[in-house]
Order: sequence, then structure tokens, then C-alpha cells
Amino acid sequence: MKTLDDLKLGQTGVVSRLGSSGALRRRIIDMGITPGATVKKLKTAPFGDPIVIIVRGYELSLRVSEAKEIFLED
Amino acid sequence: MLQNNEDKNKTISVVLAGNPNCGKTTLFNQLTGSKQYVGNWPGVTVEKKSGKVRNSLGRDIEVVDLPGIYSLSPYTPEEIVTRNCLLNDDPDVIIDIIDATNLERNLYLTTQLAELARPVVIALNMCDVIEKNGDKIDIPFLEKQLGIPIIPISASKNVGIDRLVEKVVQLYDRGKYVPVKNIYSYGVDRTLREIEEALEGIKQHSYHRKRWTAVKLFEGDKVTWEHYNFTDEQKAHINLHIDEVHTSKNVDREMIIADERYKYICSITQKAVIRKRPADYLSISDKIDKVVTNRFFALPFFLLVMLSVFMVTFGAPGTLLRDGATYLITDVLGGGLESLLTSVNASAWAQSLVIDGIIAGVGSVVSFLPQIMLLFTLLSLLEDSGYMSRAAFIMDKLLRYIGLSGRAFVPMLMGFGCTVPAVLATRTLENEKDKRLTILITPFMSCSAKMPVYLLFISYFFADYGPLVIFGIYLLGMVVAVLTALLFKSTVLKGKNAPFVMELPPYRMPSPKSLWLHIWDRLKDFLVRAGTVLLGASILIWFLQSFDFSMQMVSPDESMLASIGKFISPVFAVCGFGDWRASVSLVTGIAAKESVASTLAVLYPGASLAGAFTPLSALSFLVFVLLYTPCIAALSAIHKEMGSLKWTALTVVYQIFVAWLASALIFQFGTLIINLGMI
Repeated sequence: MKTLDDLKLGQTGVVSRLGSSGALRRRIIDMGITPGATVKKLKTAPFGDPIVIIVRGYELSLRVSEAKEIFLED
Repeated sequence: MLQNNEDKNKTISVVLAGNPNCGKTTLFNQLTGSKQYVGNWPGVTVEKKSGKVRNSLGRDIEVVDLPGIYSLSPYTPEEIVTRNCLLNDDPDVIIDIIDATNLERNLYLTTQLAELARPVVIALNMCDVIEKNGDKIDIPFLEKQLGIPIIPISASKNVGIDRLVEKVVQLYDRGKYVPVKNIYSYGVDRTLREIEEALEGIKQHSYHRKRWTAVKLFEGDKVTWEHYNFTDEQKAHINLHIDEVHTSKNVDREMIIADERYKYICSITQKAVIRKRPADYLSISDKIDKVVTNRFFALPFFLLVMLSVFMVTFGAPGTLLRDGATYLITDVLGGGLESLLTSVNASAWAQSLVIDGIIAGVGSVVSFLPQIMLLFTLLSLLEDSGYMSRAAFIMDKLLRYIGLSGRAFVPMLMGFGCTVPAVLATRTLENEKDKRLTILITPFMSCSAKMPVYLLFISYFFADYGPLVIFGIYLLGMVVAVLTALLFKSTVLKGKNAPFVMELPPYRMPSPKSLWLHIWDRLKDFLVRAGTVLLGASILIWFLQSFDFSMQMVSPDESMLASIGKFISPVFAVCGFGDWRASVSLVTGIAAKESVASTLAVLYPGASLAGAFTPLSALSFLVFVLLYTPCIAALSAIHKEMGSLKWTALTVVYQIFVAWLASALIFQFGTLIINLGMI
């Protein structure tokens, strides 16, 4: 299944569901990453990790491992 | 349930709640006239602070500044502090401060605050920015949809604050209970109402916070479930209602609520916000970021920024400031005091106390003050502008290998300047483990006060390859820091890496007022310490090196200090510097690192230092100076931030041990190699 990590720079996707669990999952939800939310991969850090996305009109940085748990609609 | 608060003498309790970095502390400072620390990164406020509102229309209004949060979940320390304050202290009015440039995510918290059934007023901050962007927010429409009054403000420009206070008083007078507006879909709302009914049956009375409680129970919020202590029968009853919705939708309950909140917010903001700019418009902030966090430019730019900071601080501008300060303190103040004391025929010991004790001790440290302030100004500029979050973003991957997150990088870097502000900067770190680990390794970043010691030895022993030795010493410090982090990460400070879900705030122009608050905060801290800890330590060391045990003023050779030195020095025989003078200089170095050099200069007059060490023992001495316990000022900062005597003690013991071990290893292996070479 396609995840946020699979997006190329500048590409946009729509969240379908979230993996991960507990506090991290809750935090991701609270930051506005919910099913139906549009996310855009904006940039990558010099070592390829973390990444920056745009969600709900602001910039959010998260790690690749966290992005892999955010699944997108095909 | 409606009640009227006629008593105008009662204190109105108000809390400030809102997302991190939305201007809460700035608003708090405007409301109360206090001077709290502000920065442009999420999480500046980590504990709650309270104050009285200044222009409060003749009423007594107490306002509490809470840590910024994104949600009322009970996970991060900030969330717990805020949630507990809202639920247990039950304030009269909630001011929900919202960043107008980031409505959607900010309103997510608003929908949660509204469920507490208490008067809420929205302080819509940064309206000036919206206007400047050419966007428009239909405030009356938004007010009507949310059912919450909105006051547009600009906290940094002090606009709209009086109207906000007026609204707070008005809401208070209207009564404490406010009905909750439903924002959920028909199915979820029905379930919530059924849970509310079940709750009323259980609690036997109507309860103002029933919507909040119902939502939390629906979400499966552990804290709420535990709080109510339901019987199994009651649990089954509530769960029955929840399962109706749960089975009909293929997502979990936490997600249903968050999803519906965001759907509701979107339906409103789509109509309330009129954007002039096209969707792909690049703001100035975006344009800066295109270069600054570009995958290829980010690292060179980052290194350039850091290099410039240190070039300014430790290069010509900083050195000039320090020389000026040294001149003022030693020559003008010290010289003036000396001639004054001579003219009033002060006794020799009094003169010595003032000149050799206080001026030499406290003065040598205060002379670093301008340089420290300069470094701070530059770092505050980076912080207020929003660059620190980017630095954390860039360095996160590397720091993860040693068990830290990107945020730990800032304090470590500051450690090269002075350990004191560096340790204080660890306040920004997310969890206790990261914070302790960072404090533990920061002193290994060779601070600028150790430079004179290195320079002294290089001039005698390593004149031909001085830069190489200095570089090697700095590198060794970093290597020991990394090894220490790895050691503690896998033993005492085990635990998962903190997640790195962090907002990157837009760049903002640092305001002079906020900049001054930063600098003043540090300046005050430094001066207080200089007047207490440093003064005391300097007098003590002067006393010990001026007197013997029968309280006679003697030469340093026969002083108490020499006796103490001789007591310690055998420990260092294995490191190659068993002479009591070396030990004494290391002891004085605990007051301030510079005094290692000045003590050695006094105890080894002329060029006799050259005969007292071999190049090898000189090297092992320098390694000890690099690694051993930082000065008293840094130790008090470490104690303040560790918040535990045990951890402070552990830090000291560990650092002394590591320093001793490293220098002993260097000396012993060095001797071995030299001996083998001779064979």
C-alpha cells in the first residue's frame, strides 16, 4: 500500500488510514493527519530523513519511519 | 443551571490556552506587563505561569499562561499540565488564542475547549499578518458558526487587548455555564447523547461537563475511564452505545472524533477564509526556506551560520569586547581599588583579598560577560527568527545514532561557547531522557574558557604543531561526548527515541523587545551568579592560597592550598602530572577554567613550566582539563536543569573519572610507545 514516504517531492496525496499506535498515533492525528486530509511532501533533510510535509496549511516535519505509517489513497 | 455572577469583587480566573508558538506568551506579557521569555519555536513555555491583568476595568483578573498544546490528549507533559489545569482548577473564562494564519489546526483545539461548557473567547492573533497577505477572514460568520465570540488582536503590536479584557469581563458576568454546540454527525451525536444520559443516570445529577466526558469515554481515553471508576454493569451499558457506531464505521473511535472535528472545521473555514493568493503562492518565508532547508544547501548553509556565530563571538568582535571588559575590570577598577586601598593604608591581607581574590576571581569571569551576551544575542536572533527548528530538522538523523533527537543539537553547539547557557538551553528538549543525556555530554564540548590553558601549553611544548593539537583536543571532546551518549543510552538512560513530529513555524522578524527580554533574562542570571557563587568561591580560593593552617599569611608554597594539593596530587601520578602545583591549578579550575592557566603561571614563575612537564605529560594534562568537571557556574546550571542532586553528583563523578581515565591512558600508552621506540 502507498504511504506518505512513497510520495515524490512536491507530490500530493490523500490520507486513507494510519498505522502506528499510542501517543505517537494520537499526536499525528492531533496534528491534522486524518483520513481525507491532503498532504504534500515538501522536502527532505540532507540525510534523507526527516521530511517536511504540508498538511492543513502548515509545515510539519516528521521522520521517514513515521511517514511510512501514514497510508494514502491509491 | 444558569447563574449570574453579580459579585464584582471576586477574582476572575482566566486561562490562556492555544497551540504552541501562536503568541500566547506575548499576549500574556501584554495582559500582565510581565516579562516572560518568548521564542519562535514550539514549546517555549513548559510550565504554567500566572499574573494579574493590568488594565482590568476595575476588576481583579488573574490570568494563567499555559504551555502550548495541539490537543487535550493526556500524553505529553505540556498536554497534561494544561488539561489538569482546565479540568481541576475550572477557570471562569478561557481565552483561546488562535494563529489566524493557521486557522484549521488551531480551531481543532477550540472544538475541544468548547466542550468544557465554560465561557470561551477566541483571541484571533496575527490579524495584521493576514491583512498584509491580502487575505480576509469573515469574523462575524466564524463567530456565528462556532458560537464563540472572537476578538481580533495583534499580541506583538498590542492591538485589541483592551477589547479582549472587556469581553472576558462580559462573559464572566453572564455566568459560568455555556451550552455546548453539537459539531458531530447525526450518528455520533446520537451516541454521545446516549452516553450523556447514561452518565446522568449514574451520577444522579446533571453535570456541566457531560459532553466532554462523553467524548472522552467514546474515544477510549484511559484517564477519563479510570477517573469514573464505573461498575462492570455501567461499563457494559456505555460500551453498548459506543459499539453501535464503532461497528458501523471501519475506523477506530479516536479517529472518528478527530475526523469529525476536522470535517466540521473545514466546512466553516472554507467559507470564512477568503484567500487572495493562488494556492501555489510562495511567501517570503517559503522563499527563504527554499534555500535554507534545501537538501543540498541546507548543510553548507547551516555550517556557515554556525561558523559566523562563532567567528563574531570568538573572533575579532568578541575578543575586542572581552579585552575592553578586562581592561575596565583589571586596570581601571582593580587599579583604582588598589590605589584607594593603599591610600587608606588598608592591611596587606585586605588588599590581597580585593585584588588577588575578588578582582582576579570574579573579575576574570565577568570580563567574559560581553562575549557571552554577544553570543546570546546572535543565538536569540536565530531562535526568534525560526531557524532553530530548521537546525533541529537538519541534524535529527545524525543525532539519532547516539540516542538523541535533532532538538539536542542546539545546546551542544552552544557548549563550545559556554557550558552555562548551553545547559540552560536543554529546557527545550522533549523528554527527560533526552534532556539529561544532553546535559551530560554538553560539557565535553570544549568551552571557550579552556582556550587560555591550551594556548599556554602549546607555547611551551607544541609550538610547531599547535593548531593540530587544538583541533585534536576539540575532536577528542566530541568523540568522548558521542561515546558517553552511547554508553548512557544503552544503560541508565534507556528508552525509546522521542518522536520527531514537529511544526516548522514560518520565519518571523525578531522583535527588539523580545530580543531584549532574552538577553536580560540571561544577564540577570549571570550577574546573580557572579555575585553569589563566583564571589564566594573566589574568596575561598584566595583564602586557601594566602594562609597556612595557623592563619599566617604565607607564600603559596606553604599555604593550605599547597597542603591540599599535596593531598590530591598522588592520584595524578599515573597521569604524569603528580606535582602539587598541577593539582592545585586543577582545583582552582573548578571556580573558573581560566584560572587553571593563571594559577599555573603564578605557581611556575618564569619559564619553569617548561621543565615541569614533558610533552607527553603536558598532553595528558590538557586532556584532563578538556574533560574534567566544568566550572562552578556550569555546575550550578547543571544542578538547576537536572533538578536532582543524584544526577548532578553523577555528572561530576563521571566527568572526573572519564578525564582521569583518558589522561592516564594517554600517559601510560604514550610512555610505553616511547620506551618501545627506545628499544
